[in-house]
Order: sequence, then structure tokens, then C-alpha cells
Amino acid sequence: MKSLGSIRRSFAPWNDPQARPYISFQNVTKRFADFTAVNNLSLDIYEREFFALLGASGCGKSTLLRMLAGFETPTSGRILLDGQDLSGIPPYKRPVNMMFQSYALFPHMTVEANIAFGLKQDGMPKAAIAERVAEMLKLARLEQFAKRKPHQLSGGQRQRVALARSVAKRPKVLLLDEPLGALDKKLREATQFELMDLQQDLGLTFVVVTHDQEEAMTMADRIAIMDKGQVMQVATPAEIYEAPASRFVADFVGSVNLLEGKVASRTGNSVVISGGSGAQISVENAGEAAPGAEVAFAIRPEKIRVSSKPPAEGHLNAMQGEVWDLAYLGDMTVYHIKLDDGQVVKASALNSARISDDPLTWSDRAWISFAPDAGVVLTR
Amino acid sequence: MQGQLSRFNIVALVLGFSFLYLPIVLLVIYSFNESRLVTVWGGFSTRWYSSLFSNRLLLDAAWVTARVAFVSATVATVLGTLAALALTRYTRFRGRFLFSGMVFAPLVMPEVITGLSLLLLFVAIGLDRGFLTIVLAHITFSMCFVAVVVQSRLISFDRSLEEAAMDLGATPFRTFIHVTLPVIMPAVVSGWMLAFTLSLDDLVIASFASGPGATTLPMRIYSQVRLGVTPEINAVCTLLIAVVTVGVLAAAIVNKRRDIQRQRDEQVAQRG
Repeated sequence: MKSLGSIRRSFAPWNDPQARPYISFQNVTKRFADFTAVNNLSLDIYEREFFALLGASGCGKSTLLRMLAGFETPTSGRILLDGQDLSGIPPYKRPVNMMFQSYALFPHMTVEANIAFGLKQDGMPKAAIAERVAEMLKLARLEQFAKRKPHQLSGGQRQRVALARSVAKRPKVLLLDEPLGALDKKLREATQFELMDLQQDLGLTFVVVTHDQEEAMTMADRIAIMDKGQVMQVATPAEIYEAPASRFVADFVGSVNLLEGKVASRTGNSVVISGGSGAQISVENAGEAAPGAEVAFAIRPEKIRVSSKPPAEGHLNAMQGEVWDLAYLGDMTVYHIKLDDGQVVKASALNSARISDDPLTWSDRAWISFAPDAGVVLTR
Repeated sequence: MQGQLSRFNIVALVLGFSFLYLPIVLLVIYSFNESRLVTVWGGFSTRWYSSLFSNRLLLDAAWVTARVAFVSATVATVLGTLAALALTRYTRFRGRFLFSGMVFAPLVMPEVITGLSLLLLFVAIGLDRGFLTIVLAHITFSMCFVAVVVQSRLISFDRSLEEAAMDLGATPFRTFIHVTLPVIMPAVVSGWMLAFTLSLDDLVIASFASGPGATTLPMRIYSQVRLGVTPEINAVCTLLIAVVTVGVLAAAIVNKRRDIQRQRDEQVAQRG
């Protein structure tokens, strides 16, 4: 049996110019009275993709999902599903199903009846319904709860009923609105992997809305970072983290140091950035930064080395400062180093040894250093 | 101090409750009075109850009242529920404010005015006054009560339930029948009961809207009282009170039991 990883590794239709997008938002705008929820947004999602819409509340991600489900109509623009324009098609005729944030389980029906509801609407024969419901109950490990009502279930069980109900009709696309939002942390982590397995097993396209970046990073093939009704970047989790396209994305996902400066010189693909106080940073992979441009150098805390002694000769990027603050988190230690020019830089070090031979504490002088390819240059 | 009754509280309680219930208690006691004179106690007896069941006028009136109440409550519930739906769902249509005001105006309208205007209408369109006109009049004033009750339930209704139903392929009509209606059913039922009770004890509007051959129980009682209160009337009223009390108690017990069952279920669910 092929492992999930090997299937995943070879799955990248978005890099294939021949591949046809399965869901396509084309210049979609949605305005509510005087508020623009989605602003001229275009986005392609491919078949069998696990796609995450990530953003703070009010960024328009839920509106996007609701437009796909048919609960909202775009003010302008088109949404295509498998080449078909969805405009004018009511929710009950769309081949997509949604799992609601509140689960929206019908309180007056048993678990069984909840799962069978969608199948009944399709006029499926009774025997076939019973068979499918049994299959779904097994899939969601709910066999013993079939006759219970929603209020007789725990949060995790309700979540599984909602999921079973939404996949029972074998939709082409499953929409998930904050699917794990109401679960506690432990359950959430376990359920993330269950969702990924389910998506692989059923071969469905998943579009999930979430504000939890860890959740999006764990589950999704690609993530769209949204802000103010627009997509800021669409990329794989690794690309989003290691090569954010803008200051907003870099800052939104994970922890980051943004060192502002001007491009002093450029040779080939490398640039030298000079900061406000004259400190120089040498960077490879400069992207499109032209000499003289105002840029930010984005570097993740774990890519910065902290030591009490100056780094060995030949290190391009090394700066001195003092330990301003530190937090011991067990598996790692986070340092806030106040550089001599006044900037505070976050750096984290993995505590791979139980007792460090180079302990740093508050107010110690410290050196930070990083490799030329440890961060990215952002022009936006 | 908390939870303990001070002397002042006890006095307030006794005064309040006697103010509310003393007249009713007196009425019940005197319904078992042997004497024909209402204010003179002549010993215990149930003779007025047996004479009651041979009083055709009163029995007929009771039958008319029951039918009127049943029909008008049912129609008012349907109309009131629809009005409540329209008012909570289509929040952006023109003149919504005016419309909702107009639905609820009869709540505060003096009954005399409602009755009189209905009478004028019935006369103007040449409708013979009788059973039908009483029913129509009762529908008119009780549907707004139903609308208020159902609307308050609809406001807290989780719209995502309906969205989920439609998402799963149910048309708006099937969504209403299979999801919305069952969920708001308790409010609809209490709306019906409210409309039923209102119709049962209405005197003013019924007097305007009724005609020969259709006399409701409150009208009959009122007209008999004008000729002098008889212990028979006390007996009728006691029976009415008994019916209402049993109904209210039954509803309360059923509700309480359901709550307890629900709490127990939820505790079990959290543990398992």
C-alpha cells in the first residue's frame, strides 16, 4: 500500500499547465449594503485537492464558501464548478455539500435520520438508503449511537455526525466551515488526520475555511491567505511559510522578524540590504528587489542562531545585542535580542541538549547570525 | 438572610395572593352551596352541578364556544405562523415596519373598537351574523398573539438548520415541512393554546359579532348574571377553572419532565 506521503508528494495539479481547474472563482465580488466582503477575487481549485481558506474573521473566507454552496449570490463575477456556471442554481441543486460550523444537526431527528436526510431528498430507494447510512455510521464510528438524538451526543460525536451527513451523498466537493472549531485541542489534532484520511479514501475535493493556521498547515495541499476580501497568496504550506509573498503573509503565518531596509546593491540574485542604522544584510534569492527599493527582510526565529561568542569568521550576517527577554518553553527557548541599533529580534533555539554549555540569560551580550538564504526579501 | 422570608415578605405574599385568588376561591366554595341565595351559606351540596347538566341553554353555549375556539385557534395559528415567518425572514421588503406594526396593533386595540369595526364590516358586506362571524372575529384578534409567540421563537431559530437542509437537497417547501416546522412546533402549539383560551373567554368581541343562534358561553353567563347570579353560574365557572387548571398543569408537567430528561441525556452524552 502506498503511503499517504507518496501520493501527496506527486499531487500538484496547480503546477501542471494542462490541468483544468475544478472550481474556479472568476473576478468574484460580493457586497453587503456598504460592506465589501469579497473584492474582485479570482481563485482556482483542482479536483481532489484539500484546499484551505485561511484568514482572520471578516476577511471574506466564509462568504466565499457560502457563495460556492449557493447561500449567497455574487454581486459580480462568476463561479464555475467542473466547467459549469453556478449562477442561478439554488443550493439544493448544487453537487456540493457543506459541513457547518455549528454542525446544524436537525435536533428532532436521530443520528440515523440526520444522515439519511440528504439521501431521502434524492428519492433514493429505502434499501439503498439503509445501506449507505450503515456505511456512513461505520465510517464515522457511530454505529452504537444511530438511534440517539443530537443532544444526547458529545461534541466530538456531533462533529462526526455532521461530517457523515455531509459526505453521505457523495458530493463532488465538500465544504467545511471551521470544521474543528468547536472541539478541544487534543480532539482537534486527532480529527485533523481523520479528515485527511477521509478525503484520500473518498477522493473528494475539500474546501475548508479556518482561522487556525496550524490546522490549515497540517491538512491542506494548498492554502489561500485572505485579507479584506482578497487573496494575498495561494501556495503550499511550505511555500507560504518559507517564501511568503508579502509582509502581510509573512506576519500572518507563524512568527517572523521583519527587518526593514533599502537595497544597497545587487549582484546576480544576491542583494545587500542596509538597515536604518547602517547594518548590512547579505541575502540570496532576492526575487525582484531592485537597487534602491524599500524592502523588508523576513526571517523566521528558528533560522537565527544565538550565541554568547561571535560566530566563526566568514559569516556574512552577524549582529550584536543583548538578551532583552527569554522564554523557556521546554522543547525550545525563545530569545528576544535587542540589537545595538535598538531593533528587537526574535530567535528560537531547539533545546537538543538537556543542559546547554552556552547558557544565555537576561542582559547578557549575545550574537545573532544567519545564513544568506535563511530568509526572503519582500517588496510588498 | 438570603432565601429566608422576612415578616414583610410574608405579608406581601399573602396580600398579593389573596388579591389574586380570593374571588376565585369564594366562587368555587359557593358553587357547592346548598342554598339558592348566593351570599348565604346553606350547607354543602353538588346539586347545582347536576342541575347544570340539564340546562340546555348553558350546554349549547358551551358547545358553540368550544367549536368557535377550536376553529378560530386553528386558522389563527396558520395565519399567525405565516405572518411571523414573513416578518422574521423577509426583513428588507418595503413597508416592513408599517406591516409589522399593523400585525401587532390589535394587541393593544381596545376590544370594543375591534368588535364595533367588525360589526360594521359584517353589516356592510351583508354577512349574516352567527357562528361564522364569531369565528372570523376571533381569528382576527387572536392571530396577532400567535404571530408574537411564533416570532419570538423564530428570532432565536438557527438559520443554518435550514441552510443545511437545502444544502442536502431539500427544496424550500420540504425544508419548511421537515425542518423548520418541527423545530418551532412547541411555539406553534403554545400559540394555538393561547388563541384557544383567548377565544374561550372573549365576551366583548363575540357580543358584537354574534347573531341569533350563536351564543357563546361567556355571553350566556353574562346575560344570566344580569338576571341575578345563580349558584349554577358558580358551578359553570368552577368547571371552567378546573379545565383550565388541568390544562396548564399538564402542560407544565410535560415541559418539566422533558427538561429533566434532556438534562439527564446531556450529562450522559458528556460522560460517554
